Amino acid sequence: MNSWVLTCLWLIPAAPFAASLIILSLSKARRKSAVALAIIGEVLALALSILAFMPTLQATGFRAVQNFNWFTFGEHTLRLGFLLDPLAAAMLVMIALVGLCIFVFSVGYMADDKNFTRFFAYLSFFSGAMLGLVIANSLLLLFIFWELVGLASYLLIGFWIEKPSAAAAAKKAFITTRIGDMGFFLGMLWLYDCSGTLLFYDSGNGCLESAGLAMLGASATFIALLIFCGAVGKSGQFPLHVWLPDAMEGPTPVSALIHAATMVAAGVFLVARVYPLFSVDAINGVTPSLTVVVWIGVTTALMAALIAIAQEDIKRILAYSTVSQLGLMMVSLGVGGVAAGIMHLLAHGFFKALLFLGAGSVIHGCHGEQDIRKMGGLRRLMPVTFMTYAIGMLALSGVPFSFSGGWTKEEILHATAQWPKSQAPYYLLLAGVVLTALYMTRQMIYVFFGNGRSASERAHESPRVMTMPLIVLALCTIFFSVVLTSAWPWLHGYLTGEPVHIEITRLVQPMLFVSLALVSAGVVIGVWMYRKAGVQDRDRPAEIDPLEYAQPGVFEFLANKMWIDDLYDHTVIAFSWMAARLSDWMDRYFWDGLVRGFGGVGQLFGILTASVDERGINAGVDETTAGARGLGRLMSGAHSGQIQTYLGAVAIGMLALLLLYAWLA
Amino acid sequence: MTPTLQVFLIISATLFSIGLLAVLSRRHAIFILIGIEIMLAAANLNFIAFWRFGPQPQPPTGVMIALFSIAIAAAEAAVGLAMVIAVYRHYHTTNVDQLDQLRG
Amino acid sequence: MNSAAFIVTAIFTVAAALAAATLRNLMHAALSFAAAFVGIAALFFLLGAEFVGLALVFIYIGAVAVLVVFTILLTRRDVGKDRGFNWGGATVAVAVFACLTWSILKTQSLAIGAPHIATLTVKRIGAALMTTYVWPLQCVGILLTAALIGALILVMEERR
Repeated sequence: MNSWVLTCLWLIPAAPFAASLIILSLSKARRKSAVALAIIGEVLALALSILAFMPTLQATGFRAVQNFNWFTFGEHTLRLGFLLDPLAAAMLVMIALVGLCIFVFSVGYMADDKNFTRFFAYLSFFSGAMLGLVIANSLLLLFIFWELVGLASYLLIGFWIEKPSAAAAAKKAFITTRIGDMGFFLGMLWLYDCSGTLLFYDSGNGCLESAGLAMLGASATFIALLIFCGAVGKSGQFPLHVWLPDAMEGPTPVSALIHAATMVAAGVFLVARVYPLFSVDAINGVTPSLTVVVWIGVTTALMAALIAIAQEDIKRILAYSTVSQLGLMMVSLGVGGVAAGIMHLLAHGFFKALLFLGAGSVIHGCHGEQDIRKMGGLRRLMPVTFMTYAIGMLALSGVPFSFSGGWTKEEILHATAQWPKSQAPYYLLLAGVVLTALYMTRQMIYVFFGNGRSASERAHESPRVMTMPLIVLALCTIFFSVVLTSAWPWLHGYLTGEPVHIEITRLVQPMLFVSLALVSAGVVIGVWMYRKAGVQDRDRPAEIDPLEYAQPGVFEFLANKMWIDDLYDHTVIAFSWMAARLSDWMDRYFWDGLVRGFGGVGQLFGILTASVDERGINAGVDETTAGARGLGRLMSGAHSGQIQTYLGAVAIGMLALLLLYAWLA
Repeated sequence: MTPTLQVFLIISATLFSIGLLAVLSRRHAIFILIGIEIMLAAANLNFIAFWRFGPQPQPPTGVMIALFSIAIAAAEAAVGLAMVIAVYRHYHTTNVDQLDQLRG
Repeated sequence: MNSAAFIVTAIFTVAAALAAATLRNLMHAALSFAAAFVGIAALFFLLGAEFVGLALVFIYIGAVAVLVVFTILLTRRDVGKDRGFNWGGATVAVAVFACLTWSILKTQSLAIGAPHIATLTVKRIGAALMTTYVWPLQCVGILLTAALIGALILVMEERR
């Protein structure tokens, strides 16, 4: 019954793209039409996504492929295609739904911006590119949309282009992800070289199907790692995570979109999509490429969680939490828990969008202040924001039972614990859970509890158009857990194609208590450490962080993002500066000298000839110049400005050509 | 004697030369446009003649090209005449001899 | 193909075209121009391209000739001045004519009679326009629209 959607999958990204194009052609003053168009485009995309979601429910292991010829050169045909499977369908619905909430929120948040319509055009473009990425059935098509996502993020992070920091952040995001994309591109070329196709599924001939994978042989590991480079860049994994926190320079809804539904999800999605490449020749579920994924993920997760503890900017904390959560997802993919990773990605999409929009609401209420030390006591002033933010915080921390994040995180821990190679990632992730609870507690205490500080004096609750998306997302966060519980892991079965049945006794598992204990530990430590945050305590001034007071060295290390940015400044960037200087020096002295030397020789020769010239040739030259001048006069006479003369010349030319042709024939 | 392809081509060449004559020798801008139209019609006559005398059966390519060329000629005539009017407004002349702003 | 009809049409067409190119009075020239196109359309009919002939009549006599007449009327004050004739141009034109005729007569492969053909129905032309030539058709549509707008802008009175 829904079959027409399966053949018209391209309509899903086309709706926001079309909206974006139309909005761009509108004048700046047509704010209402721009909003209406953007929201209509997104609602259409959501409706189509749900329609496409329906048939995937009917059969396990559902997969609809629709390939087409892009162009033919000689005997080769480049084919692209669209693909719908449970992974794509679930992502589609999540992206469209979260995107819609963010669009609605932006109406309120960006109400005073002078480039309001442009913002919505970019937002639509962004969401369209991401929707297209999810349904691509060709690595090349995926790459095209991947780059479109990158472009959209560049445009949106640098949306307030008049702010130098925003322009720099946009550039940083673009260039950093480009480094990863370079690897992705090389991997793609290599893959094409080996398998001769970039289609994922092509009735047995695709590069992810057994015949295609068999052709790869030993190079599969390298191809997978090169493609993983792209994911590292896009999903902000160590060592290319540096752009993500800086991307906070964009408007908050953009941060929400980047961190929840689109940009960063793309990397995790990519790894999940080409997972067969990673697991070629797996022994007991372990391959070299997957091991790399695990360790990169663990490093990222732990490092970002540590840095988040010492940040002061409300959005930056959330940014590092995103980096950390993405690391978690990567670990999950690496240890073989693909479904768990994607489930966490979906759940994370909801609650991270909620947190970012909540942060946006806070910033809006505090008139643009982003420093958490200047807030406080917002609990009473912004009750709706507080409630929804608390739900998001609990989900992010991984509180089990009623919050979606808890179930998925628990499943990831479960998968990690069973990794045959090493137990270290599991324990490190447990530490990460404690840290997550700790920094989120710290943020809650600073922002919502205690006494009001400078920024919260004139704070107010945000308008309905901003709180409604918060409430919707909060409800999603809670009710999404229905399909995630261990008693009825419907989503798990849906993604993996395994049958599921309800078994209420599985609801309570040892892992549940472990994660509950860890989260409680984190919260308790947080409350104990920061109970006096923001107020004068003994000899500690109010604006100094308790951790900074107790351990200034550690705090400085973390607050400066472990000096990774500085490290890059002093190595990679310094190196390219040096190279530039060297080239400059070479140009100035070596090449220039060479040129000057040649010039000198020429000059010498000139002086020599000049004397000959003066005496012998000069007279002759005078004659020549006179001749040239006369010729010039003659030529300029031909430029009479008389159109008929010109046309006559054309006719004579034609005549001459004809005669020539007749003579030759 | 029934007309052969040659005869049609000679008619076409005659029309083309008459058009060229108008373009090259008349001073009035409208004459130039008329000449261009006659030259285009001569070209169309060629298309049709080659289609008619070509090996049969064949797709109506010649006819199609003639149709499109008529459409393009119509567009050209409209813009050309509009330019004549615009030039006349500006310089108060339609004599192409006097329009030599681009003289070198 | 009727040779008598052909000879009459050919002579009429060439005479009308010559008149259009050489008459001193602009208005007479414009009318001869229309007559010349009637002749060309008649040649198209003789060649079995009735549809193109009709299109030519509609477009040239119905539209272009009327446009020419309008333009003559709008630039009336200029009519009657300087009716010079450029003999150089005439020489080139005659040379082109001689050369073309010589080369056509020299090419023996062109001396062929008309084969018998099936009538080219309007239906076939329509089908071709909507299938093989659909993109050129769209492009021509855009071109005509652009020409329409361009012509309007060119002749619009400049606002002060």
